[in-house]
Amino acid sequence: MSALREWMNRLRFLGNRQSFDREIQEEIESHIEARTADLEDSGFSRKDALQRARREFGSADAAKEDSRGAWQFQWLEEFATDLRIGFRMLARSPGFSILAILCLALGIGANAAVFSWAEGLLFRPYPAVAHQERLMALTGTARGEADPALLSWPDYQDLEKSCKLFDGFFVSKITGTTLNIGDRAERTVGSIVSANYFDVIGVRPILGRGLAANENEGRNAHPVMVISYQFWQQHFKGDSEIVGKTQRLNGVVHTIIGVAPEGFYGTFVGWKMQFFVPVSMEELFEPGGYKLQDRGARWIESFAWRKSGVSEKQAQDEISAVASRLEAQYPLTNRGRGVKLWPLWQTPFNGAGTLLPTLEIMLAVVVCVLLIACANVGNLLLVHSSARRHEMMVRAAIGAGQRRLLKQLLTEGLALSVLGAAGGLAVAYWFRHALVLLFPARSGVSLYLPGEMDWRVLALTAGVCAAATILVGLVPAIQTSRIDLAAALKSEIGGVVSGRRRSWLRSSLVVIQVSVSFLLLVGGSLLMQSLQKIRTTSPGFSTHQVLTTGIDLASAGYDENRAKNFQDALLERVLVLPGVETAAFARVTPLGVIPFSQSPIAVDGYQVPPDEQPTVEYNEVGPAYFATMGIPIITGREFSRADDESAAPVALVNETMAAKFWGDKNAVGERLQVKGEWRRVVGVVKDSKYEDMREAHKPFFYVPRRQVFSVRGSLIIRTPLSPRAIALALTREIRALDSNLALNELITLQEQVDRSTSPQGAAVTLLGVLGSLAVLLAGIGLYGVVSYTVSQSTRELGLRMALGARAPDLLRFVLSKGLLLTAGGLVLGIASALGVTRLLGSYLYDVSPRDPLAFGSAIVAMVLLSFAATFVPAWRAVHTDPTRALREG
Amino acid sequence: MARSQTTQLLPGTLFLLILKSLARGPLHGYAIAKRIKNASDGIDIEDGSLYPALNRLLVKGLVHAEWGTSENNRRARFYRLTPEGRKYLGAETREFNRSIRQIQLAMRTV
Repeated sequence: MSALREWMNRLRFLGNRQSFDREIQEEIESHIEARTADLEDSGFSRKDALQRARREFGSADAAKEDSRGAWQFQWLEEFATDLRIGFRMLARSPGFSILAILCLALGIGANAAVFSWAEGLLFRPYPAVAHQERLMALTGTARGEADPALLSWPDYQDLEKSCKLFDGFFVSKITGTTLNIGDRAERTVGSIVSANYFDVIGVRPILGRGLAANENEGRNAHPVMVISYQFWQQHFKGDSEIVGKTQRLNGVVHTIIGVAPEGFYGTFVGWKMQFFVPVSMEELFEPGGYKLQDRGARWIESFAWRKSGVSEKQAQDEISAVASRLEAQYPLTNRGRGVKLWPLWQTPFNGAGTLLPTLEIMLAVVVCVLLIACANVGNLLLVHSSARRHEMMVRAAIGAGQRRLLKQLLTEGLALSVLGAAGGLAVAYWFRHALVLLFPARSGVSLYLPGEMDWRVLALTAGVCAAATILVGLVPAIQTSRIDLAAALKSEIGGVVSGRRRSWLRSSLVVIQVSVSFLLLVGGSLLMQSLQKIRTTSPGFSTHQVLTTGIDLASAGYDENRAKNFQDALLERVLVLPGVETAAFARVTPLGVIPFSQSPIAVDGYQVPPDEQPTVEYNEVGPAYFATMGIPIITGREFSRADDESAAPVALVNETMAAKFWGDKNAVGERLQVKGEWRRVVGVVKDSKYEDMREAHKPFFYVPRRQVFSVRGSLIIRTPLSPRAIALALTREIRALDSNLALNELITLQEQVDRSTSPQGAAVTLLGVLGSLAVLLAGIGLYGVVSYTVSQSTRELGLRMALGARAPDLLRFVLSKGLLLTAGGLVLGIASALGVTRLLGSYLYDVSPRDPLAFGSAIVAMVLLSFAATFVPAWRAVHTDPTRALREG
Repeated sequence: MARSQTTQLLPGTLFLLILKSLARGPLHGYAIAKRIKNASDGIDIEDGSLYPALNRLLVKGLVHAEWGTSENNRRARFYRLTPEGRKYLGAETREFNRSIRQIQLAMRTV
């Protein structure tokens, strides 16, 4: 209360400053006058009395100043003065300032950009959704399997019904369809959502309505869709009468019931969702038939809000309790199954899971870059402060306290880092959407990787800025705090720069720079090797001269029979195209974005471990698939045209599956149960990569496409011709069969593989860019230190020369200084790299985190760099004229 | 830089003495100094340090200042205790007396 009044009084003072000065002046005069009158009364002459009164009073100016001081926010005004001086110092040496600010802007900007990405992609990915901080992702778990599974619709509904600690649940499952856009067909992504979706996330459609509660129910009963703003603009030119109009999705006419607001892209990290359809339409968009009644069909990707005040653990406990009740109730489908909650930033079923490790690496890298930038600026300041040594000493000599000087230096550091941070935020703002650039474009699908510059990012950046201030300001401060006034003044007179302490400081800064950039080099080189390994590892199928494209007949409204006929006809036409060697259809191509089917299996004579339910992924492939893909058949035969609907059910298994389920026995001829149907194994094929280039060998099998047909599929063509050449011919053939169909994106399998490794590629690119930046900065730092040392020891060098040292001796002498620093940095760098690189863990494929090649090449690079940075000043030193050096030094 | 109150008083007692001198009624600055000097048998407060102290009391709202006319018809600034000032004086006087007694006790017995 009284503190508040004190503030108010002080604020009032700020407005009345002039009248205060007048009043205090008058008051002091009145005081002196009164004293004079008293003295006159006791017998002094007027003149003596006045003089004595004045003397007794002391310094009127000091009294005024101190009285004024009582009213001021002293620290604030001092701070303002310091800041003003700080900026003036910066303006006085613009070259130094610009260099320092640029260094800091890069360092701080890189941090702010990564913060904004983390914020926009991981922590608050859905700005339109209320209470994101309590939102969590839900997946299933299966005992004995590390990877999260999904949930079935009945399980999801039971969770929603039974859990009391949650505010709401919703489903948001990514799906896709193919739309004809002009003469091209384009994949468009959307979400299958629960009917409560728009209500519960708090997004109001700008036109029409969201989904209605009953639209969850009934098999294919509600062909309605809400479209994104972007979709509305691009496909319907912002038609204001859009509600009630229709759009064909996967061959079924959907009524457009609403348009989502601009900037709302659904709830999927990575891509912009263009349409939203209710769960009841699932069968149309999801492979594997009608699943709303099937507790064993797991396909639901969902989210839930914890109630406020409920901890993650309490929430998980309740979810787990319900899950184990379901497990007891439905052992057939739920044996060994649990449910797990994930914080949004760990969401396993969208881009968050892929981006998390990338962003972690980025964060580590940008912190390193900032460290190097700060060390560089610290070094710059140190050189700069040598010039200001005199100023500091004079200040100290006239009575500035240690604290006051320290404050001045820190404020100057602050002036620098505030400017650096401003520049950095500008950099980060420009780059906030730049993440997308690191990922290859894909036709039709809009990547959405926004950075979010909210107050949290600004606060973190301010924190970084504060850290930078302290790091940068402290360097000269440490030095100043050691000023021994007498010695310093003496040495100043003697003209000798006393420098052991300072050179120690400068050297350690360079050592840090060298070690941190070494760390980045090693990391970059490891990732590069890993990427190289990933890209040169054979995926187990041919990637060159094999092209693939999706043929989405489902979107065009084909039923099964029409689709079969069309595919047969198209295949016939493709096979006779000039340049085409073989071609085949498959439901899915490996390493693409469409997931494989999976099924619980049973095998004659295979003892299932308790609590486990072997589930294996498979692909539905047509005749000549293996020949087209270049996957070798080890024993048995590949599917032929004879393996159709009327023939006996058959399957091909891969080596790993054969070994796991049949051991030493020959799998060919054995039986395999898939989705309740027994199939005869007719062949064993080589393992290949299926979903991820880094995956380990895993069981996988194939069934004939004709026997497990799906309307949607991919065409695979083996040809030496380019995609462009084939695309023209293919478009012609497709048009000839159905003039309404258009060709989807046609790419080589190599392109598909490269896209699947794009997160690794992005990490390598980024580390490459930032790593070279860091190395450059370190080089500048090293150069600066060595040339400074040389310039400071001109006298010594001159003396050595005069005493008969030869040029090579001197060269060696100076070079050894630089190389010594590098050696120190390398020792530190190697030590920390040995400990740190294993954090790259999941990013390293087939490369040891302590790979000698990576370490070796980084050492060589740093030594070369230091040699280059040292050689110029060394050369200059050797060519000094000794007499001049002695005279000047 | 440093604006310490260099008086030969115990730290903090200048405030107390000023407030005490105002307890019987408003006074201008010179009268305060004079009263303290006379009453204390010559405690030497530097005239210059009186005004910063008075201003600190003003900031804290313990005294209030008003221009008026002095006994010999000069314009002077009169300070008077505010109710908060009076309360503060009471509390601080008790506190001051207590610590003085303790110090004296310690001086006798240590």
